[in-house]
Amino acid sequence: MSATLTPLASDEFQAPGLGIFDWPPLVQGQEWFNKPALLALVGTLLVMVLVYAAFSRPKLVPRGFQNVGELAYQFVREQIARPNLGKDSDRWMPLLFSMFLFVLVMNLFGSIIFIQFPVMSHIGYPAILAIFVWLLVMYLGIKHQGPIGFFKNVMFPPGLPGWIYVLMAPIEFISTFFLRHITHAVRLFATMMAGHLIIALFSEVGWHFLFVTLTPLGAPLGVLGVAMTIVLTAFELFIQALQAYVFALLAAMYINDAMHPAH
Amino acid sequence: MYALAAEEAANPLLPHPAELVIGGLSFLVVLFFVGRLLVPRIQKTLEMRTEAIEGGLKKAEEAQAEAQRTLEDYRAKLAEARHEAARMREEAREQAAQIKAELREEAQAEARRLIEAAHAQIEADRQQAFTQLRAELGRLSIELASRIVGESLEDQARQTGVVDRFLDELESAGEAAVR
Repeated sequence: MSATLTPLASDEFQAPGLGIFDWPPLVQGQEWFNKPALLALVGTLLVMVLVYAAFSRPKLVPRGFQNVGELAYQFVREQIARPNLGKDSDRWMPLLFSMFLFVLVMNLFGSIIFIQFPVMSHIGYPAILAIFVWLLVMYLGIKHQGPIGFFKNVMFPPGLPGWIYVLMAPIEFISTFFLRHITHAVRLFATMMAGHLIIALFSEVGWHFLFVTLTPLGAPLGVLGVAMTIVLTAFELFIQALQAYVFALLAAMYINDAMHPAH
Repeated sequence: MYALAAEEAANPLLPHPAELVIGGLSFLVVLFFVGRLLVPRIQKTLEMRTEAIEGGLKKAEEAQAEAQRTLEDYRAKLAEARHEAARMREEAREQAAQIKAELREEAQAEARRLIEAAHAQIEADRQQAFTQLRAELGRLSIELASRIVGESLEDQARQTGVVDRFLDELESAGEAAVR
């Protein structure tokens, strides 16, 4: 969709920029309804359909798609919930499982042909998830540790020499209550955006040097671009799954921190 | 599009309000549908599965224990039966010995009784013979004496006493001699 793909483009190669993340509205007059928004809605539906197919009528002895669902569920429970939340795992599994699948599907859209756009590469989507986690963590922290205890436990952890609190308290305050939630969103957004940008770059190289201006000198470069696109797509699949895991993992970690202050 | 790109490029970190709303609502729908409705189902199923497996294992354990108990029961009964048989054998042997001893005792008693009866008979016969002999001897002696000293002595009662006394003396002298 980049401008460089239009037939009117100059012969000169132009690397895709941040413009590739910008989508016009699909319906005239509905500014909000662009491709990422459509994908977000489709992804939402997809997650629900898949999970419904797996868990609508779960059997004691799993058959067919239920096995796949259980595999995902147990992955989230054993790898994300248990290490962080321990015996509270089952209580938070609804949130963590939903979050993991939601992010995963939105990310994987980046590697599905003809869709090829990770929804999470628009900061708004990870941001709202991070904001939900932030609200939840604030609520849980105040509920479990008290409004003063929550801040005190974070900013003044016991067992340190007194003068260090001068440094510690403001750093901990900013980091725990704001920065880590901002990076929570930005980490997901940035990896998705960078991945998409890199794949777009190599695709563009392939497209430009093999189809737009095919020259003897440019052809090998175009082949390299195509090869790199394939390799990096495989790598991107891994990153997309990994970031979904990391996002849910951090959410579990923050929830646990809010419920049980670290001593 | 270029203009938009330029505008976008300036603030890639600033979220669009529309995206926040769409993303937020989408996630809340997923959270409700998946988290609230479907996850509890699979949690329940997994719990039930765990219980079923644990229950099965427990049942198997119980069956094993039951079998073990029955086996031990049978073993105990078998040992008891063996013990009982041995005891009965022993008893029978004892009884046999006892019966044998009793029979022997009885036979010996019978034999003794027979011997004693025979002895008594002999004694009685001897006594009888002795008495007869003594009467005979008395009569013969008197006869002999009357013949010697005449018939006068014959009807005197005293004579009997003299003869008896003499015979008693004789007897006691004979017994003393025997001893």
